[in-house]
Amino acid sequence: MAKNTPTTGLVEEMQKREVRRSWLLSAPALAVLFAAASGPLLIVLVYSFLAGGRYGGVEWQLSGKAWFSVILQRDIFDDTVKLADAHLSILWRSVKLSFLTTVTTLAVGFPTAYFIATRSARNRNVWLFMITIPFWTNLLIRTFAILEVIRNEGIVNTALRLAGVTEQPIQILYTDAAIMIGMTYVYLPLMVLPLYAAMERMDFRLVEAAYDLYATRLQVLWRVIIPLVKPGIVAGSILVFIPSLGAFVTPRVLGGGKNMMLGNLIELQFGAGRNWPLGAALSITLLAVVMVALLFYVRTVQRGSARAR
Amino acid sequence: MAAKQGLRRQAGRDGRCTIGQQSSAAAEGDAAIVAERVTKVFGEGQDAVRALDDVSVTIRQNEFFTLLGPSGCGKTTLLRLIAGFDHPTRGTILLQGQDISHLPPYQRSVNTVFQSYALFPHMTVGQNIAFGLEMLGKPKAEIAGTVAAMLKLVRMEELRDRRTDQISGGQQQRVALARALAPRPKVLLLDEPLSALDYKLRKDMQIELKRLQNETGITFIFVTHDQEEALTMSDRIAVMNRGRILQIGSPREIYDHPAERFVADFIGDTNFLKAEIVAVEGGRARLRLGTGREVEADLPHGMAPGASVTAAIRPEHARIGAERGELSGTIENIVYFGTDTHYHVRLEGGSGFVVRSQNLRDSAEELRTGQLVEICFKSDAVQVLRD
Repeated sequence: MAKNTPTTGLVEEMQKREVRRSWLLSAPALAVLFAAASGPLLIVLVYSFLAGGRYGGVEWQLSGKAWFSVILQRDIFDDTVKLADAHLSILWRSVKLSFLTTVTTLAVGFPTAYFIATRSARNRNVWLFMITIPFWTNLLIRTFAILEVIRNEGIVNTALRLAGVTEQPIQILYTDAAIMIGMTYVYLPLMVLPLYAAMERMDFRLVEAAYDLYATRLQVLWRVIIPLVKPGIVAGSILVFIPSLGAFVTPRVLGGGKNMMLGNLIELQFGAGRNWPLGAALSITLLAVVMVALLFYVRTVQRGSARAR
Repeated sequence: MAAKQGLRRQAGRDGRCTIGQQSSAAAEGDAAIVAERVTKVFGEGQDAVRALDDVSVTIRQNEFFTLLGPSGCGKTTLLRLIAGFDHPTRGTILLQGQDISHLPPYQRSVNTVFQSYALFPHMTVGQNIAFGLEMLGKPKAEIAGTVAAMLKLVRMEELRDRRTDQISGGQQQRVALARALAPRPKVLLLDEPLSALDYKLRKDMQIELKRLQNETGITFIFVTHDQEEALTMSDRIAVMNRGRILQIGSPREIYDHPAERFVADFIGDTNFLKAEIVAVEGGRARLRLGTGREVEADLPHGMAPGASVTAAIRPEHARIGAERGELSGTIENIVYFGTDTHYHVRLEGGSGFVVRSQNLRDSAEELRTGQLVEICFKSDAVQVLRD
C-alpha cells in the first residue's frame, strides 16, 4: 500500500530528473574526452591497418604490413622472416628503463614525501611549492640542465676530476643510465605528490602506536607506514611508469641517437621514416604494454593487501 | 636516593602532598614508576612552553593511578614521557628502578591505550592484538594463545577476524585495551580512553577497566580531566595544573582534604569563604568569616593567627537549619536534581553559597526563594586553604 503513494512516485520522478541532469552536466566533459582521447586513438588504430603513403600519410587500403613489422622483419636478401631485433631491443629498453625509473623515483620520493608530510602545516606548503618549481620550466630546458650536469665536462665529472677521484671522465651521457637519470629527475614530482597526499592523510598516531608496541623503525616502515600509504605508492608508480614508457624528449637529448626508446621510434616513423602505419601500430603496442603492465601491477598489489588482511 | 630526599624536602617545605608522598616514599622499593624532578619544555626562546615544571611522583606496583587536571595541565605530557614519545628536558624517569628517561618507546615495557585508540586500519582485530607480540618475536603458537586469551579477557572472541572499522567505538576501545595488555607490560598507560564513548558505555567501561586491572595485576596510569571518573576508579590521584602536581592522595583524601584552592575547586563543587585566623589552639583554629561569625576548623601547617585564608565547605556538608547556624542569607534560587536539591543562598556579606540537600521522603517544610535561612555545618566540614 505504502509503496504506491503519490509521494513515492514523486521521489522517483525527482531521482530520474536528477540522473538526467547529472548526465547533462557531464556532457561537455564527455564530449571533450571523446574528441581528445578516444577519437584520435580510434584514428591511430585505423591507420595502423592501412598502407603507408610514399611521402608520409596513408593510402586507404587495408594492409597488415605495419603490424607485421612491429616485431618481425623480412631479410633484404633472401626474404626470410625473422624477429625485428632493433624494435625488440627498443621495446625492452623502454620497459627496463621505465621500470628502473619508477623504482628510483620511489626510492628517492618516499623519504622526500615523508619528510614533507612530517613538517608543520605551514612549512609543508613551502616544501610542496619547491617540489613543483621544476614544472615552471620547459621539459626540454630541464633535460638540457641534466645534460649539463652529467656530460663529460659537466659538473659531476669536473668535481670528480678536481677531487682526484677519477682521471678520465666517466661516460654517463648518451647511455641508458643517462636516460634513467633524466627521467628520474623529470618525473620525480609525479611520485612525490601522490605519496605526500597519502602520507598527509595517514594518522601518525598509528606510527606512535607501533613504536609503543615494540616495533623498531624498520618494522614501523614495513608493517604500518607502507601498507597505509600503498594507494599513494600505486598512484605514484603509475604516474611515473606510463609517461616514462612513452618518453621522447629525454631519451632523445640524453640518449643520443643510438639509445632510442619507444617514443623516439614512433616519432621516427611519423617523421623521417614516413611510415605512418608502423608508427600507429607501435603506438597501439605501447598502449597495450602499458595496459598489461598496469593490470599485472594492480593484481600484484591487490594480492599483497589481501594477504595483509 | 638524592631525589628521594628531594621529594621529602619539597613535601616538608611547602607542606603539601604530605599524605601521598610519605607513604609513597616508604613504598619506593616496589615502585612501578618514579619521576624525579621532571621538567619538559617545548619549543625554544620566546615560544618555549613549560609543559611540566619540576614534577616528582612515585607510582606503586599494581596501582590504579590517575593523573587528573584540566586540559593543558601537563598530564598527557607526563604520560608521553613515561611512554617514551617525548623525552624529559630535565629529570629522570625510572621504571622499576631502571632509568628509562631516554629510551625509545620500543625499548620500554610500557604500553599505551590511546585516546583515539589508534588501531591499525589495515589489520583485523586479532592482528592488532598480535602486533606487539610479533614485534617482540614471540613464537607463533604463543601469540595465538595470548591473542585468544586477550580476546576472552575483553569479551570479544567472536570478532577476531573483523576489520577494525567494522566494529563499534566501545568494541574498538576493548581491542585497544587488549592490544596494549597482550605483551604484558609492566605499566599500562591510558590517555583519556573513555572520552569518546557515550555516558552509558563510559560507565560500563569504568567498571571493566577496574576489573581488568584486578585480573591482570598490571599498574595502570590513567589520564583524565573528568573528576568523577578519577574519584570512582583510582587508588590514588595526582591533581595537576599548569605543569605541576598540586596534590597526590586517595580519592577520599583529595576530596575531603584538598590542599589548595584549585584542587578544591576542580574536584567537586565547593563554597569558598574569605576568613581570618583569630586564634590557634592545639592544632585547631578559630576563623572569623567575612560575614563576621566565627567557626572552628583543623589548622594546616605553618599558619599563624592573623593570616587571611580561604575556608572551603562542600555543599553537601552544609544544611539549611531551623536553629541559628554558622551563616545566614536569602535563598536566591532552588535547583532540583532528582536525587538532591541545590539551594543557592546569597549570604549577608554578599557572596554566594550553595547548599546541597538530599531529597528524602520525609523532607520537612518546603523552602521558597526569597526566604531568609540559617546555614549550619559541623566544624570538621570546614577546610582551611592558604590564600
